[in-house]
Amino acid sequence: MIYIAILTVAMLIAGVGAYFFRDLIAAVVACAAVSLIASVLFYLLQAPDVAMAEAAIGAGLTTAIFVIAIRKTGRYEK
Amino acid sequence: MRIFGEILIGIGTAFLFLGGLGIFRLPDVYNRLQAGTKCTTLGAFSTILGVGFVHPNWMLKAIVIAVFILLTNPISAHALARASYKSGVKLWDKSVVDRCKEFEECQEIGKEEEG
Amino acid sequence: MTALWLLFLSFSAAGIALCLVRAAAGPTTPDRVVGVDGMATISIALMVLLASFFDRQVYLDVALVYAVLGFIGVLAVARYMERGV
Repeated sequence: MIYIAILTVAMLIAGVGAYFFRDLIAAVVACAAVSLIASVLFYLLQAPDVAMAEAAIGAGLTTAIFVIAIRKTGRYEK
Repeated sequence: MRIFGEILIGIGTAFLFLGGLGIFRLPDVYNRLQAGTKCTTLGAFSTILGVGFVHPNWMLKAIVIAVFILLTNPISAHALARASYKSGVKLWDKSVVDRCKEFEECQEIGKEEEG
Repeated sequence: MTALWLLFLSFSAAGIALCLVRAAAGPTTPDRVVGVDGMATISIALMVLLASFFDRQVYLDVALVYAVLGFIGVLAVARYMERGV
């Protein structure tokens, strides 16, 4: 139970970081960290199929698409 | 077999903890990358093989996961080190040797002698 | 026996926590990427340990998917930082 509470606090820290970073690459990395912690959290709540989907989408697909979008626009937030 | 697997898991988790400590404590991107990659790869490999020894009918899937970690972890570490060197992250003050800079200087001297 | 497994689990959880601190406090962007990459690898090992702890074979598939697909994000970020900046 206490592990789930600690993981939720860590996920909150990563989400706040994704909101406040000026460097958008760092924000994308923070989004990947949120997805990773969410996957471990789904795993601990005994839903392995949801955790598998979250791992596949959050680790590979979302980060790659965000990086392609940042390459088209700009790296630093104004 | 179970005792052997638990010894392997113990070694692996100790190396995972040391890898986390190295990422936390070391002063530079390259030092952190080295500590993180080496310790973490050995730790994960040993832990997964240990779980495969504890449950012998999971051994095939455990070997597949371990081989994928052994293949993909150095690739990402190498790409990351090269990217951080190319994007201009400085070395630590007390770092002694910079082979990449020496190599580029040697190549420039070679070009000047040819031309 | 359970106490030994709890010791293993808390060792890996401590590694994840140290990597998370580095990822939150790293001075430059590659530091954060290093922290998240180490966190991903340690949590693959943690998932395999938890599969053995819960005694279900299905839980190994999550670790397999993460081991196959987890390095694509780091590779994309590294390629962008090598070319773009």
